[in-house]
Amino acid sequence: MPNYKALYQEVILDHNKKPRNYGTLENASHEAVGHNPLCGDHISVALSLDCERIPCIMFQGESCAICKASASMMTVAVKGKTRADAEILIEEFLAMATGKLDLEQPNHIGRLEVFAGVCDLPTRVKCAILPWHTLQAAFNSVTSTSTEADKDPMHAPVGNT
Amino acid sequence: MSAVHLAVDPSSASAFDVESVRADFPILQLQIDGKPLVYFDNAASSQMPQPVIDRLTRYQTMQHANINRGVHTLSEIATSEYEAARSKLQRFINAREEREVIFTSGTTDGINLVMHGYGRKFIKAGDEIILTSLEHHSNIVPWQMLAEETGAVIRVVPINDAGELLIDEYEKLFNGRTKFVGLIQVSNALGSINPVKQMIAFAHSHGVPVLVDGAQAVPHMPVDVQDLDCDFYTFSGHKLCGPTGIGVLYGKAALLEKMQPFKGGGDMILSVTFEKTTYNSIPHKFEAGTPPIAAAIGLGAAVDYLLAIGMDAISAYELELLNYATAQMIRMPGVHIIGTAKNKASVISFTVEGVHPHDVGTLLNQEGVAVRTGHHCAQPVMRHFKVPATSRASFAFYNTLAEIDALIAGIRSLQKVFA
Repeated sequence: MPNYKALYQEVILDHNKKPRNYGTLENASHEAVGHNPLCGDHISVALSLDCERIPCIMFQGESCAICKASASMMTVAVKGKTRADAEILIEEFLAMATGKLDLEQPNHIGRLEVFAGVCDLPTRVKCAILPWHTLQAAFNSVTSTSTEADKDPMHAPVGNT
Repeated sequence: MSAVHLAVDPSSASAFDVESVRADFPILQLQIDGKPLVYFDNAASSQMPQPVIDRLTRYQTMQHANINRGVHTLSEIATSEYEAARSKLQRFINAREEREVIFTSGTTDGINLVMHGYGRKFIKAGDEIILTSLEHHSNIVPWQMLAEETGAVIRVVPINDAGELLIDEYEKLFNGRTKFVGLIQVSNALGSINPVKQMIAFAHSHGVPVLVDGAQAVPHMPVDVQDLDCDFYTFSGHKLCGPTGIGVLYGKAALLEKMQPFKGGGDMILSVTFEKTTYNSIPHKFEAGTPPIAAAIGLGAAVDYLLAIGMDAISAYELELLNYATAQMIRMPGVHIIGTAKNKASVISFTVEGVHPHDVGTLLNQEGVAVRTGHHCAQPVMRHFKVPATSRASFAFYNTLAEIDALIAGIRSLQKVFA
C-alpha cells in the first residue's frame, strides 16, 4: 500500500506552510500559468533568464500542499542554475513522479526525492508535476499550460515537448 | 449558519437495522490500508448489494441472449426480463405507463437525449432555457451546446449563501421566450433539496416543460413523477445500488412521441429502406442498438432491494446520519460546512482551514475514509462560495454513526498534521 505518511513528511509540510520564493517577480523575462482543471488548482511561475542562467524565480497560486511544496522546492532547486540544468531536472522530476526514474542511478533529484512516493498515488501525480510543467512552459514562452490532454502523464510521454 | 442542530446519541440509533443491511454489501468488509473501509462517496457511486450481484450472475449464467429479435427461448427470456425491469422502474417512480420509461446509459445520456430529441426540434434562436446555479455540469453543457447551435439563451436561477435556490428570482426569469426548464432535484455538491414540485407548477403555468435531474434524489427519497408532474425525469442506476452504464429517462408519453430520435440504429425502427425509415414507437424509438440488458435487469433488482427496505425508512435513517454528522462538524474549529440548506439530503460538503481538499481526501483515505474531493462537476456552485473545491462526505443507508465518528476523528487527525 502507498505510504501516505511518507508523502506528507516534515519537509513537504514545511514548504507548504512557508513557501520559498513565493510572490510576484518584477521584470520577469519568462512566465506561465499552469492549471489542473481536475481540481481547479493553478500556479504561476515567473523567472528571469540572464545569459541562460536563472538568477530569480518566483511562484504563486492556489493549490494543495503537494503542489505548493513541489513548486517551492522547485524554485529552490533551479535558482542560480542554467536553463539546461533546470530542464534536465524537469525531466528527471517528471520521470520520478510517474515511477519511471531509477533512483539508484546517478541523478540530480537530491532533496526532491521526498516526492518519490507520489507515483503510488495516481490522482496526486498531477499535483506534484504541475509546477514543473509550468516551468517548462515558461521556458518555451507558452503562457498557459495544464496537466491534461497531451500534458497528461497518464496518456502521454513526459519531457520537453 | 442555519444548519440543523440535532444532537443524536449514537446509542439511540433508530429501529433501522443497519447491521443486517450491511451484511448484504460484501464490499463493506474491505480494509483500506489496514483500516476498515468507511465509504462516504455514495453521491458519486453507491455500492451493490449481494441480491443485485446474484441477479447479474443469474442473468449471465442462465438467461443471456440478445433481445427483441430472436425467436429462440433464451432471447424470449432475456426480452421478458428486460421488459420486466422496465416495469419495475415504472413502478419505482410511479410513471403512468411502461413506455414512458426509456433505458439510457445514465443521467447524462438522458439529458442529452432530451436536448437532441426535444431541444433541437423545438427550441429556436432567441428562445430561453432556464437552469439553476446548482446544476451538475451534465445539465449545463448539453444546453450550452444547443444554445451555441440554435442561438437560444440560457438564464440561470441564483442561490443564497445557504445553497438554496432563490425562488422569487426563478419566477422573475419567465417571459414569453421561455421554452424549457432544467432543474436538479438534489444538489450533488451541497445536498440542497430543491422545491421542484412548486417550480414545475410555476413553469407549467407559463406552458413551459421541465426536465428534472433526479440523479441524487432517487437514492434518498420516494419519487413520484406523476405527483411532481415533471415532463422529464432522469437518473442513473449506479447511484442506486445498481450497475454502471444504465439509467432511466422518464418522459410524458405525449412529449416523447413528438420528439425526434437521438440515436439511429437497430431496434429503433419499424422499417428501413434507403428511401425512407419509419421509427419504432416509444420507448423503442429511443433505444437504438443492443441496450445494456444485464445492467437494466440488475437495476430492476436494485429497486426491488430498495423498495423491500422502503424509501421512507432509507430517507429517515439517512437524515439521522446527516444530523449526527452536521451536529459534530459544526462545532469543529477550522471546519466549514458548505451548503446549509434547510432541506438537505445526506451530503456534507466541507472545507478545512489551511488544508486543501485534495490533501484532506488523501489523508482521510489513510484512515480508510473515502470522500470525494474537487469541484464535484459543479464549478458554478464552487464559484458562488469562492472555493476552488471542497471535500464531500455523502452517506447511504448502509453507513453508520460509528463511521461518522471515524470521519470526525480523521479530520481532527489531519488538522494536527497541518497544525
